[in-house]
Amino acid sequence: MHTLGRDAMVPVPAVVRRVRRQTRDTCTVDLDSPRGQGFSFRPGQFNMVYVFGIGEVPISISGNPQRPVPISHTVRAVGAITTAIRGLRRGDVVGLRGPFGSSWPVEAAEGMDVLIVAGGVGLAPLRPAMLHVLANRERYGRVALLYGARTPHDLLFRRDLERWRGRFDLHVAVTVDAPVLGWNGGVGVVTALIQSAPVDFAECVAWVCGPEVMMRFAVAELLRLRVAAERITLSMERNMKCAVGLCGHCQYGPYLLCREGPVFRYPDVQRWLTIKEV
Amino acid sequence: MEDLEALLARQPFFRGMDPRWIAFLAGCARNVRFNAGEYLFHEGDEAIRFLLIRHGRVALETHVPGHGPVTIQTIGADDVVGWSWLFPPYRWIFDARAVELVRAVEFEAACIRQKCDQDPAFGYVMLMRLVPVIVSRLQATRLQLLDVYGVVAGRHAHTRA
Repeated sequence: MHTLGRDAMVPVPAVVRRVRRQTRDTCTVDLDSPRGQGFSFRPGQFNMVYVFGIGEVPISISGNPQRPVPISHTVRAVGAITTAIRGLRRGDVVGLRGPFGSSWPVEAAEGMDVLIVAGGVGLAPLRPAMLHVLANRERYGRVALLYGARTPHDLLFRRDLERWRGRFDLHVAVTVDAPVLGWNGGVGVVTALIQSAPVDFAECVAWVCGPEVMMRFAVAELLRLRVAAERITLSMERNMKCAVGLCGHCQYGPYLLCREGPVFRYPDVQRWLTIKEV
Repeated sequence: MEDLEALLARQPFFRGMDPRWIAFLAGCARNVRFNAGEYLFHEGDEAIRFLLIRHGRVALETHVPGHGPVTIQTIGADDVVGWSWLFPPYRWIFDARAVELVRAVEFEAACIRQKCDQDPAFGYVMLMRLVPVIVSRLQATRLQLLDVYGVVAGRHAHTRA
């Protein structure tokens, strides 16, 4: 349920508190809560961020659900709007609508092992789920984060990753497709890390987010390792415009991603994942 | 030797294998270790062994003129390193370097190839375990070649907005 403003279609002004560079093309924008009002969100949800005069784009919320303000969005500059977002400075004002969409099933996973598989910018929507799990660590079994990126320069949330790697109650494995000189970490696709994750595949949930090709391969590997299909959850990505299920831009098979998604149980999208150009 | 047999029986790669064959494999095997930076083998060398990693990480590398060594893939615990020993000309096609301390079980290739030739049932079982490793590496390499992170837009902006 959206919490900003009275009308889900009307953006409310939000002031940029800070812009943190993550990589050469990705940054995290922290926004003050509009009009000082409260804000809450569930891990996996997104906001519509409006750069005045340029356009509006759906961006997953990458902040901490326990401390939802400032409202954090991690954005990769790929077009006019996201490039404009990357160019924002402290004190700038953007329009905000949200939060929208479904969320990672963090409560349903309590008592189980948790395997988080993230690729590229897909770590951003998973970060709130990770932070929720860590804030309630005793409620979960073994927890593993597997993260793949294009190069070492493209790794997001490096400070988080370094802090998480230092914990004794968490397994973190990072791999890149293309290493650079001096990189001593893993090389290869993130799906290759799954079989070595220290979780009980028969009793774990898997949350997967990344490029669709990567997610298809990840699901295949998870199923091969006997992870139950209904315990695999994915975050899908399509072009959202209205975010309230009216315009149909984000149709995905029988679903509207903004309304029924972006987070889906694998069995619900299994059929559509294999149909080209859906 | 019994220790090595028990160790092999616990490895996912050998899980469910006839104990007689595990005993035979143990007879062709020994525990080895490599310190960080040490090479397990070099490109072009004769592939007289293969390894099952118990602990640590191995980088498969190739030398690119002007760039030096380039890591193609890293391989970790429970993974098999090398299949060039299976087929002529029995030469390694990559360098394999220990990224960190590596403990592994090393198998003598000639001993196992001979057994595969003599006992087709054993040969089939070995191939059925090695082929999925080769296939998964091929699939992973294809996925790497797709450069999936390079072409995808930001969350949730498929439109390159």
